[in-house]
Amino acid sequence: MNSLTLWFHKIGSPRTFYRIAGAVAPWCYGAALALGAVGLYGGLVLAPTDYQQGDAYRIIFIHVPCAWMGLFAYIFMAANAFIALVWRIKLSEILSMASAPVGAAFTFITLVTGSLWGKPMWGTWWTWDARLTSELVLLFLYLGVIGLYHAIEDRRQAARAAGFLALIGIVNLPIVHFSVNWWNTLHQGSTVRLLGPSKIDAAMLWPLLTMALATHLYFFGSLLLRTRIGLLELDGGKDWARSIALGESHERAGARTHG
Amino acid sequence: MAEFLAMGGYGGYVWPSYAVFFIVLAIDAFAPRVQRKRVLAELRGRLKRRQPRNEAAS
Amino acid sequence: MKSGTTFAACAALIRRDLTLIWRRRGDALNPILFALIVVALFPLALGPEPENLRRIAAGVVFVAILLAGLLALDTLFRGDYEDGSLEQLVLSPHPLSLLLACKIAVHWLTTALPLIAVAPLLGELLHQSEAVRWVLPTALLLATPLLSLIGAVCVALTVGMQRSGMLLALLVLPLYVPVLIFGAGACNAAQIGLPYAAPLLWLGAALVLALVLAPLACAAALRISLS
Repeated sequence: MNSLTLWFHKIGSPRTFYRIAGAVAPWCYGAALALGAVGLYGGLVLAPTDYQQGDAYRIIFIHVPCAWMGLFAYIFMAANAFIALVWRIKLSEILSMASAPVGAAFTFITLVTGSLWGKPMWGTWWTWDARLTSELVLLFLYLGVIGLYHAIEDRRQAARAAGFLALIGIVNLPIVHFSVNWWNTLHQGSTVRLLGPSKIDAAMLWPLLTMALATHLYFFGSLLLRTRIGLLELDGGKDWARSIALGESHERAGARTHG
Repeated sequence: MAEFLAMGGYGGYVWPSYAVFFIVLAIDAFAPRVQRKRVLAELRGRLKRRQPRNEAAS
Repeated sequence: MKSGTTFAACAALIRRDLTLIWRRRGDALNPILFALIVVALFPLALGPEPENLRRIAAGVVFVAILLAGLLALDTLFRGDYEDGSLEQLVLSPHPLSLLLACKIAVHWLTTALPLIAVAPLLGELLHQSEAVRWVLPTALLLATPLLSLIGAVCVALTVGMQRSGMLLALLVLPLYVPVLIFGAGACNAAQIGLPYAAPLLWLGAALVLALVLAPLACAAALRISLS
């Protein structure tokens, strides 16, 4: 076995990954907070007012990064589900299932902020536009995966079944998008193009990209924390998980006697 | 400041969006911590139930 | 032990499934009754004006039949799972996907085909327009096997669960969206005098694809949930 695969196996072992994830996650959160603060300052204060949409366009700095993250998390989930099903890697199962709630949260934010943006711009909270409809279907796909994962008793079997559903979903997602586009043009032409051919100004672009980076970092922070829990749950019978469970109770007991 | 909060008349749409963003992500960030406590408590419970049996065996 | 040919196994499976369904032939009426009731609710809710009903007729019939099919999906593997014959199928030396394809085909013949047969009647209840009269059954003929195939994969994932009704709907309905759009879209296009061949051809293409892939996916899903 060469050194690279050895390294990979070491990282992939639950105990090591648990430790590394615990060390990395706070940094992800911290960097996400810092970048988010910078991005929001740039977006809310420094970026100029849009000549067409006024200040309402400032929703873009959370709406678009969240929409990207909703899709990114789904692809991440499906890729890990594929690895888990083909090579039966435990860690991939957990990573895949850990990204589902975070992705669902981002998709939910996208829908709500899109609705809040649509009201002043289009005059309606909701329109059966192709993008909105596919985003809604994406949310339902997430909820299906999460629901299936929690409905099955055995954790590993649940992860494999839900991962399989995620794979079916990723095959279906382009078809949904295509069909919804077709359906919408049957009724009426798409009237609203938010980020049409017009180029976005640099003063608006950098806060947007900063926010995108911040949401990516947040995603990985949340993913790692959730993965740690999944590893503890799965390896509950192993020594390292037991010592963590007992160690934490000692800490708490110690804090109680001192405090 | 008031002008900044008004967002050119769109404050009623911009600020709720940001509120939703932060509230949902705060819930998302908080949930793993609660879940972790639950999993660890469950683990400890399982260990406690098993301990008397081990002692009896030894 | 010598096992028979795959063809013989499929034939035996089809014969057995048909016999079982024939013994409980009263149940076959349930989806039809359900679709009829759903369709009857619409005039009650929207008012009896024929113009209004005509506009939504094809879509309502399509959705009613889709929901009736969703209710019937649950019976696809339930009985076989409970009496253990599903595990025998998984253990058999013949390709599981082929056996499952036979099961799905029998299920479609006994639940969806009667629904297609009553679809014109349901349409008449809603004063469907002349143009839709032939397009609706054609679209259903292409769409319902697709719904059964996609649904079978999701049923295979939930097969061991006690109460899977709501969850199954949550899994299946997002996947049904493209089928519904093209099926009902063809009817709507016919109704307003637009060419409707394209969506029907898309449905046909998707059906061919699903005929090949869905039994394989169904077999993989079943292996996961029975492992």
